[in-house]
Amino acid sequence: MSKAPPEIISLYTQDSSALTLKWLGKPLKPKEDYRLVRGRGTFVDDIQLPRMAYMAFLRSPYSHARIKRIDVSRAKSMPGVLLVWTGDDIKRRMRPLPQATPPPARNAIDYPLAVDKVRFQGEPVAMVVAESRYIAEDAVNQIDVDYEPLPAVVDAERALEPGAPLVHEEVGTNLIAHVHYKWGDVDYYFQHADLVVEAKFHYHRFTGAPLETNAVVADYDERADVMTIYCNNQAPMEWLPQLSAGLNMPYPKLRVVTRDIGGGFGTKLINYVYMILAALASKELKRPVKYMETRTENLQAAAHNAERTCTVSAAVRKDGTVLALRMRCVDDDGAYSRHEPAGMTVWAQVSTGMYKIRALENDYYAVFTNKCPSTSIRGFSRAPHLFMIERIMDRIARRLGMDPAEIRMKNLVGPEEMPYMTPSGGIYDSGNWPEGLRRALEAADYWGWRKRQEELRRQGRIIGVGVVVGSDSAGPNMAQVKMYNPGLPYTGGTEGALVQMTPDGKVRVILGSSPQGMGHETTAAQVVADVLDVSYDDIYVQTGFDSFSSVYTMHSGTYGSRFAPIGLSAVYLAAARLKEKLAKIAAYLLKCPEGDVVIENGAARCAKDPQRSMELRRIARIAYGNVNELPPGMEPGLYSLAIFRPPFQNPDENRRANLALTYSYNVHVVVVEIDPETGMPKILSYTALEDSGRIVNPLIVDGQVHGAIAHGVAEALYEKYHYDENGNLLNPTFVDYLVPTALEIPDMKVIHMETPSPFTPTGAKGMGEGGGTAVQAVISAVEDALAPLGGELGESHADPETILRILKGAARGKSEV
Amino acid sequence: MSQELRHIRVKVNGQWYEADVEPRMLLVDLLRDVLGFTGVHIGCDTGHCGACTVIMDGRSVKSCMVLAVQADGSEIMTVEGLEKDGQLHPLQEAFWENHALQCGYCTPGQLMSAYFLLSRNPNPSEEEIRKAIEGNLCRCTGYVNIVKAIKAAALKMSSSKAG
Ligand code: FES
Ligand code: FES
Repeated sequence: MSKAPPEIISLYTQDSSALTLKWLGKPLKPKEDYRLVRGRGTFVDDIQLPRMAYMAFLRSPYSHARIKRIDVSRAKSMPGVLLVWTGDDIKRRMRPLPQATPPPARNAIDYPLAVDKVRFQGEPVAMVVAESRYIAEDAVNQIDVDYEPLPAVVDAERALEPGAPLVHEEVGTNLIAHVHYKWGDVDYYFQHADLVVEAKFHYHRFTGAPLETNAVVADYDERADVMTIYCNNQAPMEWLPQLSAGLNMPYPKLRVVTRDIGGGFGTKLINYVYMILAALASKELKRPVKYMETRTENLQAAAHNAERTCTVSAAVRKDGTVLALRMRCVDDDGAYSRHEPAGMTVWAQVSTGMYKIRALENDYYAVFTNKCPSTSIRGFSRAPHLFMIERIMDRIARRLGMDPAEIRMKNLVGPEEMPYMTPSGGIYDSGNWPEGLRRALEAADYWGWRKRQEELRRQGRIIGVGVVVGSDSAGPNMAQVKMYNPGLPYTGGTEGALVQMTPDGKVRVILGSSPQGMGHETTAAQVVADVLDVSYDDIYVQTGFDSFSSVYTMHSGTYGSRFAPIGLSAVYLAAARLKEKLAKIAAYLLKCPEGDVVIENGAARCAKDPQRSMELRRIARIAYGNVNELPPGMEPGLYSLAIFRPPFQNPDENRRANLALTYSYNVHVVVVEIDPETGMPKILSYTALEDSGRIVNPLIVDGQVHGAIAHGVAEALYEKYHYDENGNLLNPTFVDYLVPTALEIPDMKVIHMETPSPFTPTGAKGMGEGGGTAVQAVISAVEDALAPLGGELGESHADPETILRILKGAARGKSEV
Repeated sequence: MSQELRHIRVKVNGQWYEADVEPRMLLVDLLRDVLGFTGVHIGCDTGHCGACTVIMDGRSVKSCMVLAVQADGSEIMTVEGLEKDGQLHPLQEAFWENHALQCGYCTPGQLMSAYFLLSRNPNPSEEEIRKAIEGNLCRCTGYVNIVKAIKAAALKMSSSKAG
């Protein structure tokens, strides 16, 4: 709405005085890459333990059916089979998974193996543990199940109609939650608008498809009564309540470990169901149990994004000023609430997008359907929301005869308004967004393309140019979930780090995060090197997460682009505290006033008398071994632990709150050409501008931008799940779920702005999800190409059939939507 | 159903190994689970992802599409065989320098496909590089830095040969 009040700005502003800026911003070769280019990563499936057994699942061929009878006798009697369990066996061993939903949805009963009924195709119905993967899979094929198929509900809006089949009878409705958001005087702006532009959009269903599927090794140590779970979960500590329902063990007996993770993109948040099952089996058999999901299982049943359908109307002035939005949205969350319906609140991080929109109303529903459960796939909830906003901006521009770049320029939040407070209480931290747009347009030769587009159109070619803006709002305030269930005891957004200078003067760093390729070892080492001014090569960051050694909170993990704003802030704090302790010891040993001690180049020296200096490793040796030399009363050792806590607050009674710590900015400009024969768009030019605050390592930032663009292009043009009306998923393999290859992903030009965030000590902002900007940009370009033919796209996926329909419609002289 | 075991010999990264395997065992499982070459990854069940790519008798193959018994008597090279005397192969160097990976799961397969390409075509064009790794999916990098790294390695290898 306007610049944030000064007291809020000072509350959020962070001290960054320990930075030396010697190591931040350098393209240092990533630490992780050395082992990975040698094939020496440790992924879950690489773990081999003595006497390890293997788990496999029988999955439901139906999307909705009653389980009448399961006969496991043949499977059980096969040589090498150790255990066969069905839902009833699981029900006896654990409590149902806790539900974050409000009543009545909270009555849904969710077990990791189906009990009585299956609710989506691919849901596990029985499990086998055997001496080998091959035997386990053979035995699965020997299990007989009698199903009574039930009518399925696959359309979210129909799921809300009376008489629709119920996914969970205990709930009595398919509604998971309903929230009515209203910020600002929406009615006033609609009354005073020059025009109202309306549209309905669908954000389609896809997934992250990390190259490594879900995997787990559970190893119960009977002697110590400790359960170790090696997993590739992105945020294992977030699921402690779930693990506790399954395993009923005190947390100090539960060791959860991640090492290298082969990509996640949000899909690996809800694999806790496998962690629980493998752990229960390991406890039963007193042997390690491994599960490695197959690709087909992964695509069919691991985790999709929630589909979203919104009607959007915008109150607009003739000059293109967008005053207010009114929306009604429905999220299709699939069969279980294992992570969702968080998405029905998370979008509010970027409620009014990048614009000075004054008021917003959103009538929001989340529903169960007989489809795969959903989670937070890259760009989670904000990407679909920004999609709605960016699409309506294009429609408004077209109605007013404005250029899409112009209407954006007109409405963007200006640099003088930063930090900017949105009508929903969000605080956009920094950036010069209009300037970013200008630079991106220039780098992409936008106006040149507009001219060429006209010329080429005259030659009959179908060319479109898309320009969109977006944000990776990052470092979430988990209190957002209170907007759908005020009773949830889950708020804030924190992360831990431990920085230890070991007695040899090297530095060991342990993080609370579970990265999947985001280079945390590298960027954490750069921050530590920068604060302590020691060599990057002397910093050793532990790979992955280990609940027996990592410093964690229940927010710990790698999701929501949270490492740069929150994880690295914890690293900074821990390193800064360590630096203070080093300075104290040095002051005493060098007989130098504490304020005069300078820590530089691996040594401490006295500013007044540079002769008086001492290498840090000597101080380290003293701190651990030669302890009588330490200042009297000082605690020995050089351990420094920090947990970073942004000053987040709970949403107020009007659901106003700042829901993320940093807001990076991106502008994508895309040119496409459509093949009139096949309807397939081809990308002719792709330019992205990214401002994610201070860049810690440009190699990593660029890599994230590339990856986000690749995912966005894939979602817009190639990847889309197709369910039929009975809830059968028609494309659950890499044969028909089209993950693009190097031939489909275009070359891309990436440029940067670097506006540090005042709200993080390093100035870095979270990034890497791309805010879905690439999806928006490609769809915008395709629609721009089709616009003169009267065609509009109602979806986030532009498949050739739809495009051909539009082209044919135009040829027949009528337009289609 | 377990079947009779077959005795096979394979040479992997310069060393002969013998094993008794079920006739249905996949080469990728032999390499990973029996012989311990865990750099060979598994990313799919349809032969589409290329994470399992190795060089077998001079050709790049997807080791999930080959039975272990079919590899009897063959010479195989995995990612673990690229390094010589603790020195990274120029391709590995280039992947590291250009950050041609993020999670690293596709990387061994990409490297082996690139190795095969450069063994046939020391100066590939961008188009040829993209074509050569078409069978190797990467979900992290958008292929940008992979293509860049392969170009860089080709340049370095041909100039070091010329010099
Ligand atoms: S594992 Fe995917 S091609 Fe072999
Ligand atoms: S680096 Fe992750 S799949 Fe390629």
